[in-house]
Amino acid sequence: MIGHRKDLLGIEDLGVDEIVSILDTARTFREVLDRPIPKVPSLRGLTAANLFFEASTRTRLSFELAQKRMSADTVSFQSTGSSVSKGETLKDTARNIEAMGIHLVVIRHQSSGAPHFLARNLDASIINAGDGTHEHPTQGLLDIYTMREKKGRIDGLRVAIIGDIMHSRVARSNIWGLTKLGASVTIAGPATMMPAEVERFGVTVAKSVEEAIEGADVVNILRIQLERQRAGLYPSLREYARVYGVTKERLAGARPDAIVMHPGPMNRGVEIAQDVADGAHSVILEQVTNGVAVRMAVLYMLAGRDVPAEPSSEPAPVPPSAPGRAILEAKR
Amino acid sequence: MSRAETAGRDPAIRPICLKGGRILDPSRGIDRVQELWLDQGRIAGLGEDAPAALRSRSDVEVIDVSGAVVSPGWVDIHVHLREPGQEDKETIETGTLAAARGGFTTVACMPNTDPPLDDRPRVEYVIRRARESGHARVLPIAAVTRGQAGEALTDIEDLVLAGAVAFSDDGKPVRNAEIMRRALELTRPLGVPVIQHAEDPDLKGSGVVHEGWTSTRIGLKGIPDVAESVMVARDALLAELTGGRVHVAHVSAARSVEIIRKAKARGIAMTAEVTPHHLVLTDEAVSGYDTNTKMNPPLRSTRDREALIEGVVDGTIDCLATDHAPHTEIDKDNDFDSAPFGIIGLETALGLYLKALVEPGHLTLPELLLRMTRKPLEVLGRRGGTLEAGEPADVTVFHPGERWTVRAAESSSRSHNTPFDGWELSGRIWLTIVGGQVTWREQAALASGR
Repeated sequence: MIGHRKDLLGIEDLGVDEIVSILDTARTFREVLDRPIPKVPSLRGLTAANLFFEASTRTRLSFELAQKRMSADTVSFQSTGSSVSKGETLKDTARNIEAMGIHLVVIRHQSSGAPHFLARNLDASIINAGDGTHEHPTQGLLDIYTMREKKGRIDGLRVAIIGDIMHSRVARSNIWGLTKLGASVTIAGPATMMPAEVERFGVTVAKSVEEAIEGADVVNILRIQLERQRAGLYPSLREYARVYGVTKERLAGARPDAIVMHPGPMNRGVEIAQDVADGAHSVILEQVTNGVAVRMAVLYMLAGRDVPAEPSSEPAPVPPSAPGRAILEAKR
Repeated sequence: MSRAETAGRDPAIRPICLKGGRILDPSRGIDRVQELWLDQGRIAGLGEDAPAALRSRSDVEVIDVSGAVVSPGWVDIHVHLREPGQEDKETIETGTLAAARGGFTTVACMPNTDPPLDDRPRVEYVIRRARESGHARVLPIAAVTRGQAGEALTDIEDLVLAGAVAFSDDGKPVRNAEIMRRALELTRPLGVPVIQHAEDPDLKGSGVVHEGWTSTRIGLKGIPDVAESVMVARDALLAELTGGRVHVAHVSAARSVEIIRKAKARGIAMTAEVTPHHLVLTDEAVSGYDTNTKMNPPLRSTRDREALIEGVVDGTIDCLATDHAPHTEIDKDNDFDSAPFGIIGLETALGLYLKALVEPGHLTLPELLLRMTRKPLEVLGRRGGTLEAGEPADVTVFHPGERWTVRAAESSSRSHNTPFDGWELSGRIWLTIVGGQVTWREQAALASGR
């Protein structure tokens, strides 16, 4: 369904069919990951570059792993400082990528819209791995994938998103995807971190964490970043934890079978209590595993079309489920 | 050359007769088809009022401008010419050529050059460079504070004697209310305004776009409208206290328009300008992260845009000004946060003003021209903006109905940073005349006679 799409820049741009198609494809790849040799040739001959202009462990590893499991050649770059301070503009970065003949670019950047800039300037497929405070579409997709696996549906699901909505690209990607698929989303967080006109996303803004969690099927907890305190957006970690931290007591208002999610890395004891993070409702580690499968699906759907047509000499992988087989074989 | 700043009468300048055009002089309510005669760098008269001796001369350049409008030369009191120090973005020569091409005969340039125009030699430098290389009259605006650092006032009276027409730390606000108060007290007897880039730096923070649904949706840091409005309110009170004149640069927010309207009603000496882009675009234009939609103040909401138009119509906003702000492609072709604020505006001004104000019927053409000629000069406390005999022969001839397509790469400015590339606009400049000398001539539209 996203065969015609060159880039994945945000879930806002995706149609419902495209989202569902990614989720279905991800399930196929999730099966691949459970095989004795979890590797398919879908991206053989293609080169992927992971450009991380902002620190990341989980997302970068997840993308690298997804690429290796699909037989792509992979190069990665991480810069904790700003590229601008080193005197190179994003335009020059783009030109360098072009000169190296890279097919797939995964980019994380501190400036919202940076992946869009690369997408305009490059023929390569661009995947947004988090841009500023805009979107983090593969995180949104893996969250939604996990919810669908656990709950069997998205339509009609009650999802609470708690924390710093304003600065959260995870929140935006979740909100776009969930509302498109028919979930009812309630958000809660400090007024200083609630962006202007947020209700236009089609979400309900709760007055308190308790109100947001009440009757929820899913509680997705956002990471609070320490630099926001320096910016004066909340008085202290203690205050934040008291008012917005998701504790066992607060979670009691959710449905008994509710799941608890967090995109990581967690500030245990701040936005999420220890016993919630490790408790029976938590699916946080499953999110991580699912992340690899979802990223494989996205890589496959963006770049799979470019796989060279000559037959593979490698042994065929263990056949997956029927629709999955069709997807994997059509492109070999 | 001395096309710009032609002070007195210059017999060496060949007389011109503009024939067949619709004379529109809003300063005197004139709207009729008549000849306009120019001689020795001055307006000689309309039709029969021109001296008979002139009309019988054989060396007059007669230019047939039938179908076009003949207006007093246009004035833009907010441009950045970038010289000295940022000649890669613009020079006085290229910036004033863009002005001439856009129909402007006079521009006032902002002092945020490198170094800033904060002392006499620097102001004199700009005046000299304008004489040497300018295609328009250049009125320098000097900095309010040394180095535009917001701390120590410049030598205000000496700068006025050197030729500064106003004071501004544009690009930055005068943040300290005490310094603003002193600047207003010192400028008041000199009859020049302090032009305020009204913005509370703390409320602006690291914002890059209007704070609203668009900033929320695309994840860019917002600048709330009140970042501007609180400063406008503060300055209105300081103007009332001191009797000094505050001119609010590039008003962008509905709340600011409201405050200025109330200030004027109280008799406070506050004036204001608005840019073409704030009249035409809203923050929705930023959705694709095009850095040519990044300017400060930012493009705001539809409600703000409508309030700005209302403000222009009822006179709350006195005049129009482009905030022509050239930046190189290297500066602008970057991610949104890294790119500088600002767009060029001189060559697209007419088309956008017509589109925003005249085509929808908010203003008549004479009402628009008043806000591009007499009004901006009044803001600076200067005369002019009229086709009265004896005045400097600054004239703009244009055809309001002719359509053209904006080609950013073909701009006369050294920079091409405009969000209007590819737009089809009405209004073509046929002829720009400064002190009786042609600074821009649209060859295709004009056939020179005799």
